[in-house]
Formats: sequence, structure tokens, C-alpha cells
Amino acid sequence: MPSSLAVKLSKWLTILLAVFLLEGCNLQSSPILYPKGPVAETERDLLYLASVIMLFTLLPVYLLTFWSCWRYRAGKGKGAYRPDWHKSIFVELFIWTGPLVIIVIIGVLVVVYTYRLDPYKSLSSEQQPLKVQAVAQNWKWLFIYPEQGVATVNELAFPSDRPLSLDITSDTVMTSFMIPALGGQIYAMAGMTTHLNLMAYEPGRYQGRNTQFSGRGFPNMVFDALSLSSNDFSGWINHVRRAGKPLNIPRYQQLIKPEMSHPVEYFSNVEPDLFNKILAKYTGQGDALPRQKANNLE
Amino acid sequence: MITVAELIREHEEESLENRAYGFWLYLMTDAIIFALLFATYVTMFSNTAQGPKPVDLFDLQHVFIETLCLLISSVTFGFAFLASVQKKLASSVGWLLITLVFGLSFVVLEVSEFLEMINEGAGPQKSGYLSAFFTLVATHGLHVSVGMVGIMMMTCQILFKGLTKPVCSRLFRLGLFWHFLDIVWIGIFSVVYLPVFI
Amino acid sequence: MYAEAMPGESAVAAMQGSLLFGRLTLDAIPFYSWVAMGGAVVTVFTVLLAVLWVSWLGKWRYLWSEWLTSVDHKRIGVMYIVLALVMLVRGFIDAIMMRAQQAIALNNEGYLPPEHFEQIFTSHGTIMIFFMAMPFLTGLINVVVPQQIGARDVAFPFMNSISLWLTAAGAGLVGVSLVLGRFSTAGWTGYPPYSGSDFSPGVGVDYWIWALLISGVGSTMTGINFIATILRCRAPGMGLMKMPLFVWTAFCTSILMAFAFPALTVVAALLGLDRTLDMHFFTNDLGGNMMNFANLIWIWGHPEVYILILPAFGVFSEVTAVFSQKRLFGYPSLVYATAAIALLSFTVWLHHFFTMGSSPNVNAIFGIATMIIAVPTGVKIFDWIFTMIRGRIIFHPAMLFTIGFIITFVIGGITGVLLAIPPVDYLMHNTTFLVAHFHNMLIPGALFGYFAGTQYWFPKAFGFKLNEFWGKMVFACWFVGFYLAFMPLYVLGFLGMPRRLEHYHNPDWQPLLLVAFVGACVVLVGIFSVFMQFYVSIRDREQNRDMTGDPWNGRTLEWATSSPAAPYNFAVIPQVDSLDAFWAMKEKAEAYSCKDHYDPIVMPKNTGVGVFIGGAGFLLGFAIVWYIWWLAALSLLAVIGLLMFRSSQKEAYEIISAETVLSIEQARVRHYPEVQSAMSERSPS
Repeated sequence: MPSSLAVKLSKWLTILLAVFLLEGCNLQSSPILYPKGPVAETERDLLYLASVIMLFTLLPVYLLTFWSCWRYRAGKGKGAYRPDWHKSIFVELFIWTGPLVIIVIIGVLVVVYTYRLDPYKSLSSEQQPLKVQAVAQNWKWLFIYPEQGVATVNELAFPSDRPLSLDITSDTVMTSFMIPALGGQIYAMAGMTTHLNLMAYEPGRYQGRNTQFSGRGFPNMVFDALSLSSNDFSGWINHVRRAGKPLNIPRYQQLIKPEMSHPVEYFSNVEPDLFNKILAKYTGQGDALPRQKANNLE
Repeated sequence: MITVAELIREHEEESLENRAYGFWLYLMTDAIIFALLFATYVTMFSNTAQGPKPVDLFDLQHVFIETLCLLISSVTFGFAFLASVQKKLASSVGWLLITLVFGLSFVVLEVSEFLEMINEGAGPQKSGYLSAFFTLVATHGLHVSVGMVGIMMMTCQILFKGLTKPVCSRLFRLGLFWHFLDIVWIGIFSVVYLPVFI
Repeated sequence: MYAEAMPGESAVAAMQGSLLFGRLTLDAIPFYSWVAMGGAVVTVFTVLLAVLWVSWLGKWRYLWSEWLTSVDHKRIGVMYIVLALVMLVRGFIDAIMMRAQQAIALNNEGYLPPEHFEQIFTSHGTIMIFFMAMPFLTGLINVVVPQQIGARDVAFPFMNSISLWLTAAGAGLVGVSLVLGRFSTAGWTGYPPYSGSDFSPGVGVDYWIWALLISGVGSTMTGINFIATILRCRAPGMGLMKMPLFVWTAFCTSILMAFAFPALTVVAALLGLDRTLDMHFFTNDLGGNMMNFANLIWIWGHPEVYILILPAFGVFSEVTAVFSQKRLFGYPSLVYATAAIALLSFTVWLHHFFTMGSSPNVNAIFGIATMIIAVPTGVKIFDWIFTMIRGRIIFHPAMLFTIGFIITFVIGGITGVLLAIPPVDYLMHNTTFLVAHFHNMLIPGALFGYFAGTQYWFPKAFGFKLNEFWGKMVFACWFVGFYLAFMPLYVLGFLGMPRRLEHYHNPDWQPLLLVAFVGACVVLVGIFSVFMQFYVSIRDREQNRDMTGDPWNGRTLEWATSSPAAPYNFAVIPQVDSLDAFWAMKEKAEAYSCKDHYDPIVMPKNTGVGVFIGGAGFLLGFAIVWYIWWLAALSLLAVIGLLMFRSSQKEAYEIISAETVLSIEQARVRHYPEVQSAMSERSPS
């Protein structure tokens, strides 16, 4: 029974392995391995570089393990048996310094790149960054364009030739804002502002989402990130303005009611200083929106 | 040949030594609990959410008397322990009862402070700061209360069992606990109350 | 659908519900989904079946007086491992249900409603960490450490029993949540504000809090117990640098338990205060700050990873030496590396939330601190490999687990270093890459070690060896299943798939999720093999008896006792003068000498107080979860009363007579010549 089982099992495993390898071709759809902006690209390159360095630990471990298992196997192994061999200054030196050297190298990378890729640091560009304020809600994202006075739900458009500077907060539980193709994530927390600076190389449509579980609607808490040419972006702003719906306080209070998913929606005429009023709900400092009932998100 | 009684005595002695050792370890874990509560208190110091601030809350005289009660109770516990070492049963019980009175006054004072604050609208539900305050101070108060249950139990054990080895060893460990709470209180006094009065 | 409550509106949450039953009503029974109802029914029936089975065997009295009330460290250890295996099955059912859901749920809701899926990923993590891994390693430490240090018992046998029953009480609370009410949906780390009463008003998070609090107290006591045991109860002559490596890792784990678990107690208690008494430690408003929660829970959480992994490292060290038939290579290195890991584990907690917006200074420091741990870990890996070199490697299942661990754990170590680079973490955090990484650490790094330990020490606990064919099956299925289940998750992380997703709309993800599901099915066969191995080995136990107490030609003191070890372990406390104490005894031909006379031995008597304290702890947790305040008060009083009762009781002893000791010792030695010839080719020259 076991041998035929083993044959069947190995057949299935081969098929699975094939599926797995074929899937490798699908990696082009990976937003992380094929980034679309300078931040994500530097992060990806760092990932590759560190992986290659770490391979230097993988190889000796694998080679030594398989070699010693083969050579020193009981019965047929050819290696000399020395049951009392338990120390060697040379080996000790090698096994302590080897990992240490690798870690020192990666440690240098950590320091250099953690400062270079600090999400709070504005990106160097000839153009002024576009300021957008993102607010996490149940279960959607509100984007406020303070300079343009408009707002959208679940669609974040920005010109491809300007950096994007995001202020992020949450009007519900903690979430995490991420556009994988453009760069890493940062948490959104009520009463606090976090920042993210991103940029796209070229016009395109990327998916953004919340990556931190936040309740039933979490799987649908996604949005479109549209990188547009500067002309298209002004066209888009006008399009949003023409939507004509104002985002005043009563409508905001309607908007934050939990919904499993929310279509893209545009608002012109946003309540002035809305972002700070949302923050003030939790900090209690300054002009705050009225507090409303909390929702059961379980 | 060793008799069974001797073996048991040996076993008991070793086990009492282990307990003293283990109790120190327990105190260290408890110290970590307090350390984290202190850290939480300090990080939440300014999170008063427009509610009452530390300066509005405390009464120096009240805290002074509380501190005095606890410090004196530590000294009286010391006397109780010394008496037990000298096998003076009555004196040991007497000092324990005095310790109990001081401990009780401390708890009563603390509870009355809490009730007063709650009546003034400064309960633990009011702000993050007050949650941290009540939790830190009440955790200490709960420890003192548990210590008092221990004192009552030890009083009974001394009366009914006499100052046997296991009883004395338990009394010693309870003493460690009691003095430990004193040290924690000094921490509370310096971190919670003192900065407000300075 | 969304119950609404104004924050701070009612007096305190704890006042809800009726006097008699609190907020427990018939609604607590899970009618909301047939799968959940099925889970409840299966749970109830399993418990009923177990009860009926024991009754049918007529073993209640035996079970009670010999096992449940036992203060013998070996029996307590075995009960811990039984609990761990039961919870392993429960936690694995959660896992395979999640894999099935994600394999199906492309553009549809799958077969699980979201609220059920969320409970499952929370209970999977909670169970596997607290009620599978913790009891498993505590069980191994219990069975082995006193024997390895040449002691008759642990420092505090009665406290050991309380620890066990508090752990069981916590596990019981998680079990009950399946039948009455729901479990938490906030993930195993229960991050607020989601887990606060504003957003999760149900009983789920309370179940989670109280299961953690109660079992956490048990773990703290276990830590204290084994620090004291290892420091105070070692056989004469066994200096710190002569302790077997498993003792060293158990020692470091105990230190971590004693000093990290208080942080869990604090953080769970503060969240409980937020929820039950409407305080504001971690709420969104009124001055709460959830960042403090993240700090506190990971101050416990990161050492916890090493609590789980270090004992497994100890097992690997023992197993590698014995099955390579060679002295452990680089013992001092291994000891220093273990101690370094334990120390460093307290300095890295912030890497769990690099994405919370800390300054690059802070992130860089914690990133580097994290990677430094890779150095001692790498040293250990090489020490094990060099132990194999110049040895004679026997591929016993325990050794297979060790080799499988080495080559798999290295991958997890590499992805761990990648995640320790803050900018890389910004990309991979919260994705399935992270999920794959920590499973890659904990399945080979912890579970394989526990399995290896089970294969290795089973004869010491029960007196017969485990079937090797099924042992190899266990290994093969877990090894292959692990790669199939988790390598796809690494890839999915690159494809941008977040963790904890109940359904999704990206067709690229599904093939990989199907592969991962197949991997889970292979692991299912592995779990089946675990129980099959026990069944076959018990059935054939007469052929596999271990007569001498030393089935593997072992090196450390636990093999100097009979198998199963007598209640007192050692008739005479051995004198130790070298690292591999039992090996030295064999070399000097002292290992199997028997005296004609022994002294009687005093052991602590079994007591049911520990069981009752565990029961009262369970009721206390249950009562607070449901706001049944009279029951809570009563059970608290019961705990205090039981402790007072125990403290004023006169210590009771079991005296093992000199004749009994003599006959047990003679039996061990009598069989030595029979097996000696078989052993002679392997024995030291």
C-alpha cells in the first residue's frame, strides 16, 4: 500500500510543481517585482540585493548538510568516524564571523536605505508635490484634495510627473494604506496623521488597498490609483468638480456609515479643513466634527 | 540507615529553601507588571482628553498619611518577623495585627480617595490618563489587600500551628511581599504624586 | 446588522444583561452559519464521546488518582502534550478551513461567512501559539529536564500542577467559545481599536483576553518553576557548563517565560479594562492610544517566538549528537548563542510595526538589532551540521526532523532578515509573505523540534519505542506539506495579496492558493500519521519495549533511569563530572551497576487542588466573559479559598519503600546483558 501511495503522491506532487512553476510566468503581474514608481523600485532593488547576499548563507548550509548526510551516513558512509571531535578553533571562527560579516553588510544597507526610503521624506523632483489627504473609513477610502477643494471615494488620481504627498488618517479602526506598485505601506490611525510620499513613472492604473484587517468589509477596501498626464489630471479635476455634490458635514456623516463596498464617488466643494476636523474628533483639540455612534465591525 | 522521618525533614527543608528562592523570582515577575504599568502611566500622562489634569486631582495631606501608614506597617511587619525568629508567639501575633490595622487604614484611605475622585467626575472612564492612574494605583492597592489576607492567614497559622519552620518560612515570604509593596508605593509616590506637588 | 452604542454613553459595559445569566442568552448558540453550528456540534460530541469512552473503560478513578491529580513532572508533561495534540487538531482544522475558503473564494463568498472566517484565523493563531506550541514545549521540558539534571522532581511540584490546569482552563475557554457565543475576530494579536468594545462589542475578544490571561499566569509560573528547578535541583557536580543543551534552552525559555509573560498579562488586562469597565487605554478617543498596545504586546510577543523555538533548538542539539553517534560540536558556542538569542529577543519588538510611522532612526536601530539575532542562530545551525560531520548518522525520524528543520529554517531565516530591513518590510508587511515567513520559522523551528522530541523521548515516558515507518510518514507529510502550503504564500506576497482575506477578485492568486490547499491536505495526512503512529506503536508495544532505559545509546542523564522512569527518577542521585554524564558512566562501566540496598524515597503526594484551581479559573474567565458577576465572585473566592486550604494543610508524602526501589532498579539492570550485545557495536570504544 505505501509504495503505490507514494507513486500516486509523487505524481500529484509533480503536477503541482508544474502548476507552481507555470505560475512563475504570472509573476509579471506582481506589483512588487515589477514596480511602477521610483520608491517601489528602490525598495524592490533593495529586496533583490539583500536576497542575493543572503544566498551566501543558504549555499554553505545546503551544501554542508547534504554532503555530511551523504558522507557520514551510518553503514555506507565513507567519512571517517571521529566520535570525540567536538571543537575546532578554525570552524568556530568561521561560523561566528561568516554570519557576522553578512549581517554587517546588510546592516549598512539598512541604515542607508532606511533613511533614503523614509516614507516621510519628500521626493526630489522639479515639480511641487500634489497634496492629498486620505481618510480610512468602513470600508472605503476618502481622498481629499485640499488645494483643489474636491474629494473622491475609492479613486486616487494624480499627475504622473509630480510627486504625490499623502497625509493619512483613519476615521475608524487602524488600517494600512498601500499602493504596492508605487511603494510601501503605512498605518492609518484615528487622531493621528501619517505620511507617505510616492511617485509613478508613467500614466497608468494601479490598485491600492488597506492591508490591515479591519472587519467584514476588509476584502473590498480597495481603490484605484490613477496616474494621469498633467493634462488628463486637470481634465479629471474638472470632471470631479462637475459632479457637483458638495461634501458637507451631514453628507460626511452619511458617508462614514459602514458599507461592504462603495462605488467611486466624486465630491466638489469639500467642507473647509475637513481633514483636521476628522482628526479633532479623536484628539479633542480644535474644531471637531460631531462624534457619532461607533459601529460593530465584527 | 536513614529513617523515613529524617528523609521527610530533609525534603521539607530543601523545599522551603526552594520556595524562598522561587518567591524572589515571583517578585521579579510582579515587578515587571508594575514597571509596565508605570511606563503606561508615564506615556499617558498628558492624555487627559480635556478632562481633569493631575494637578487638579491630588491632596497632599491625604497622600502623606497613606504613605505614612504603609511605611509604618512595613516597620511593624519587621517587628513581627523578628519576634517570630525569637519564637515570641504573642508578640509576633500582636505586631501582625498592628500591621493589619495600618494596612487596612491605607486601603481605606485609598478607596476613599478613589471614591472622592469618581464623585467629582474624575473616574477611570474619563480619560486615558485617569484609566492609567486608577489601574496603576489600584493594582498596588489590590496587592496590599491580598497581603492583608495573607497577614490574617498567617496570624491564624501562628495561633493554631505555632511558630513551626514552615510557618516561619511563609511569614518570611509574606514579609518580602509586604516590603516589596512598600517599594512599589515609593515608586508610585515619586512618579504619580510627587511631580504634581513640586 | 450593525448594533450601535454611543461610546461612553452607558455607565459601564459590565452592567449589561440579567443578574443571573449576565449577557448569556440563547442567542449565544451559533445559529448564524451551518459551518459554525457544525463546529459546535462536533465539539460537544467529541467531549461526550471522550466522557463515555472513559466511563465505558471504567477508568475514571484511575484517571483521577493517577493522572489528573498527579504532581509527578513526567505525568504532568505527558498531559501537557496530550493537550497540545488535541489543540493541534483543532488549530489545524481552522487552518485547512481557511485554505479551503481561499482556494474557492475568487469572486465569490466561498463557503464561510466573513464573521466565521475571521473567527477562524483568530482562533488558529491563538490556539497554535498558546494552546498547541506552549503546552507542547512545556510538556517536553517537564518530562525531560528533571531527568536530565539528575533530579527527582521539579522545585515546585504542586505549582506545576496548577500551571497545567490553568493552561487547560484557557484552552477550555477557547473550546467553549465554539459552542457558546463567538470567538474574537481581531486576529491572534487582537489589535485595538478594532478589538475594543466600540467596534467588537461581542464576547469574542473577551474569550480571547481571558484565555490568554489565565493560561498566561500558568506560563509565568512554569517559567518560575523551571528557573528554580534548573538553578537549584541539579545533581552534584553538574556545573552550568555541564548541563545538557536541552536544559540550557529550557532554562533560557523559562527566563523568557517568567519575564515576558507579565507583559502579556498587563496588555490583556488593560484591554479587558477598556472593554469591561469602559476605560481608555487603547480607544480611539478620550486619550487612548493603540500604539501603546502594539508596544506592550510585542514586548511579550517577540520573546514568545524564542520561547517557542529555543526548546526545539535544545531537542535538535540532543538528537543530532545521539543520532550522529558523536559528541555535540561546539557546546560553548551553542550555549552562548542560546543565551545571546534569549537576551536579544527583548530588544527587537518594534520590528513588528515598522509601518507605524516611527522615525528612520528608530526603525534602523530595531532593524539592525533584529538582524543581529541571525548571527547566533546561524552559529547554531553550523554547530549542528558540524556535529553530523565525522559522525555516523542514523536516519531515525527524530534525525529526519532535524535535517528537515535545518534546510527549511534557513529559508525562513533569510526571509526574516529581508523583513528586518525596514523599507522591504514596508512592501511585504501584512502580506502573505509575512504569513509564510513566520510559519517557516515556527513549523520547522518549533513544531519539527517538538515532533523530534516526541520521537526521541517517547520510550522514556512510556517504556516502548514509536514505530519508525509511521514516524517517517509523519516527517515526509509535514515536510512536503509545509513546502506546498507555504512556498505559494511567499509568491502570493509578491503578487500583493494581503493576509486575512476572506475573498478576493484577483484571478492570478487562485492557482497558488489551490496549491497551498493541497499542501494543507498533505499536512492533514501528516496529522493522521501522528495518531496512526501512536496507534501502531501501542498495538505493537511488546516488540518495541525498551528494557534498559537507554534505547538510542544516549549521552545524557535521562537515559540513566528506567523506561518508563520510576516516579522517583533516580534511586541514587548521580554524581556528575562531565558534560555527557551518562556517556561517562557507560565508559566507566558504572551505568548499570545495582546496589543491594537502597534508601526509601520521599515524594510529594498527589493532590486534586490544582485541578480545582484550574476549574475555578475556567469558571472565573467564563463568568467575566458573560458578565455573570455572582459566578465570577464565587470562583475568585474559590481560588483564594483553595490556596489558603492548601497552604494551611500539612504537607503529605508518598513514601516509596526501599524494597520497591530495589526491584525497579534490578529490573533495569537485569535486562542489560540481553541488549548489551546488540549495543556493543555502537557503544563507546
